[in-house]
Amino acid sequence: MTARMTPRVLWRKSLSAVMLSLTGVCAVVAVSVLFLILGYLVIHGGRSVNWDFFTKLPAPVGELGGGMANAILGSAKLLALASLIGVPIGLFGGIYLAEFGGHGAGFVVRYAADLLNGTPSIVIGIFAYALLVLPFKHFSTFSGAFALGIMMIPITLRSTEEFLRAVPLALREGALALGANKSRAILTVVLPAAYRGILTAVLLALARVAGETAPLLFTAFSNRFWSPGWNQPTASLPVMIYTYAVSPYDDWHRQAWAAGLLLLGLVLVINLVARVVLLRGAAARRS
Amino acid sequence: MSAAARLSFSVPTGPLPGAIGRDMSSEQPMRMNISKLNFYYGEKQVLFDISLGVAAARLTALIGPSGCGKSTLLRTLNRMHETVRNARLDGEITLDGQSIFLQDVTQFRRRIGMVFQKPNPFPKSIFDNVAYGPRINGTHRPLSDVVEASLRRAALWDEVKDQLHKSAYELSGGQQQRLCIARALAVEPEVLLLDEPCSALDPISTAKIEELLVQLKESCTIVIVTHNMQQAARVSDFTAFLLNGSLIEFSPTPQLFTTPADSRTEAYITGRFG
Amino acid sequence: MPENNNPVRGAGSSSGPRSLFSRLRQGDEIARLITLLFAASVVLIALAIVYQLWADSALSRHRFGLHFLVTSVWDPVFEQFGALPFIYGTLLTSAVALLLAVPLGIGAAIFLAELAPQRISAVCTFFIELLAAVPSVIYGLLGVFVLVPLMRQDVQPFLKSTLGFLPLFTGPAYGVGFLTAGIVLALMILPFIISVSREVLLSVPRDQREAALALGSTRWESTWKVVVPFARTGIFGSIFLALARALGETMAVTMVIGNTPQIAASLFAPGYTIAAVIANEFTEATSDLYLHALIELGLVLFLLTFILNGLARLLILLTERKGAEVRA
Repeated sequence: MTARMTPRVLWRKSLSAVMLSLTGVCAVVAVSVLFLILGYLVIHGGRSVNWDFFTKLPAPVGELGGGMANAILGSAKLLALASLIGVPIGLFGGIYLAEFGGHGAGFVVRYAADLLNGTPSIVIGIFAYALLVLPFKHFSTFSGAFALGIMMIPITLRSTEEFLRAVPLALREGALALGANKSRAILTVVLPAAYRGILTAVLLALARVAGETAPLLFTAFSNRFWSPGWNQPTASLPVMIYTYAVSPYDDWHRQAWAAGLLLLGLVLVINLVARVVLLRGAAARRS
Repeated sequence: MSAAARLSFSVPTGPLPGAIGRDMSSEQPMRMNISKLNFYYGEKQVLFDISLGVAAARLTALIGPSGCGKSTLLRTLNRMHETVRNARLDGEITLDGQSIFLQDVTQFRRRIGMVFQKPNPFPKSIFDNVAYGPRINGTHRPLSDVVEASLRRAALWDEVKDQLHKSAYELSGGQQQRLCIARALAVEPEVLLLDEPCSALDPISTAKIEELLVQLKESCTIVIVTHNMQQAARVSDFTAFLLNGSLIEFSPTPQLFTTPADSRTEAYITGRFG
Repeated sequence: MPENNNPVRGAGSSSGPRSLFSRLRQGDEIARLITLLFAASVVLIALAIVYQLWADSALSRHRFGLHFLVTSVWDPVFEQFGALPFIYGTLLTSAVALLLAVPLGIGAAIFLAELAPQRISAVCTFFIELLAAVPSVIYGLLGVFVLVPLMRQDVQPFLKSTLGFLPLFTGPAYGVGFLTAGIVLALMILPFIISVSREVLLSVPRDQREAALALGSTRWESTWKVVVPFARTGIFGSIFLALARALGETMAVTMVIGNTPQIAASLFAPGYTIAAVIANEFTEATSDLYLHALIELGLVLFLLTFILNGLARLLILLTERKGAEVRA
């Protein structure tokens, strides 16, 4: 290779090699953060995710042992109710935008959804507090679920609209030509065609709010015991992680790691499932 | 590379290769030589055994129907194919007698200029666009002189001399393309490659650019790919006709268009396909 | 979008076309109204939030007026409330986060968009997008147990010994503080910068890079001097988006910042952000004024993120338009 280079070109090429390698380093750092987080959680929390953890209530303050059964159930209740609140609004709102909406109304609704999406979660917590805690003078599962539900709306709404719009015109017209009216066509043909994407969006929204702590701090608050019904404060995984992590007790730290592992595991699994659902759907449509 | 160094390389001469059925014994100094070039994208072969010479200080046109490989061929001349991952090349290409593959690619590409199908000025001012090449490669002359000289060679100076600091995107399509020519000329290339430079332009801009190319070829060897046969007939000295990746005919332009040697050439230029 | 203004008649209508027609239309009308109601509720909720923030901060706004924004006293006992330490902390931690995350993020985006082969780029992007899904409290958890000790034992002493002459790196090494919070925030906003910047870089037309290479540029020169500037509007958009995210982060910050309302020059000093003080003191607000002051802080935060998000969207919109223009 008889590549003769002037000193200037040599310098420029070396600089190029160095800078480009640095960008590679940046990428490696970025990707490794995820694995570092997972690694630490597994190492520190792995052995603490045991039967006790899932079945026992928290032990009295200062005592060793106990578990997070109430927090796990609490999170499940919060997420279930949040979905009940957020998904219908997002779904039907999205249907409106995609199927019935006019330009002006559509713009306003989309803008409002973007506004909600960009609002810090703690501000949404303040709203839920003012609406549902202050007037009743106590914390409740319902208020926490309400805050989380609001956070689910924007993702569900935008995705529903997007996936509905993506359904080919031919499909709609086919239904209409067979005598279905518009709502029938939507219900029986368009929605089923878009369901994968919408389901993905719902899952992703769920994953997002599953980890939210801030809005729960003054809505669902916390609880060292079971929380029957929807009107009492409830423990939740994220809030327990926070409380235990900043406490002075080592045993609580151990349990915080376990809860962290469980929470992150849950969030990542939901994300992976959602993406696989979407990908498989996309592949199926292409074949 | 200084002009002295460039001129001291022996410039090969000889009959134009690839001229089929013609007596091409007239000597033509050749700037570049392509010999037995085969080109592949992965497993698929797109150029088959191409040999031709690019005459110095002349304008050579590559014509042929879409997909015949003329752009692919053009891009091998400045090793641009190396930016595509699975592109592979067999054969030899020389510039002033030296293989282009044995040189450092960054240094080499300075010697060959390229103008693309759609005008693609950088998101910078007119001045900075033209000055880009001299800036990174280094120049002994003051930048403003280099920029002015290049803009004059591209017949754009008078139109932009008062707005050099405006964004290049404020120019019209034809002006942007002339800017791209000026930008390519600013590094004083030995060969200028143009890939369908007028296909995105209106007739008036096209005419201006054709005029400028005719003037330019004296100081700069030019290779142009065009799907417009009339354009090839107007501006070029030599024309190569490609079909499905093979070189069918390569002759001086007047001969190719009036008395083509191959029936396929004749079919193409009379519009029976393409 | 098929805006079906022509109602469809059912096949084989028995009782006269007109009544079937109106029945069908009614079905559609009901569907339209129901979905409209749900869509409207989104707008309603958004408006309600703004209204509530405004109304429930009235006591504090009337008492302190605009001085609220520039007072640095936060004394619940004597009911003197000023937002300055929190605004300072919010902006400072976000600035540190940006300073760290932007070079790292753009570097990674360049690698993924320009250098990495398709497969590797896609896989890496997948993992980085997963990172964006990691909850704030998990970052906080790792911040408290991993980063804080690291800062206290290794990083902060190191910085002190090398750069301690700067006022930025003075004071005791607690481990918690502005710098630690900034680092955690940087990790949290990194995925956003990377994924948006990568997309923007991928959308730069190929012939920009080729033109630069054809002029004899090295790969770095073509990337840095041509491709990245072409994408700069979109990259700025990603930075604004990341900043908006950083401003509102609560849990991770409150777990590592030290929760002390003060304005200090040193990055080692403990501080406070708007979101963190709301999270910590909301349930302990003993008086109405106290509560209203906290809600007013929420209003300030809301406005900050609102403006930033708006700018970000504008910038990303401008990039898309520029790309379309140039291609046209």
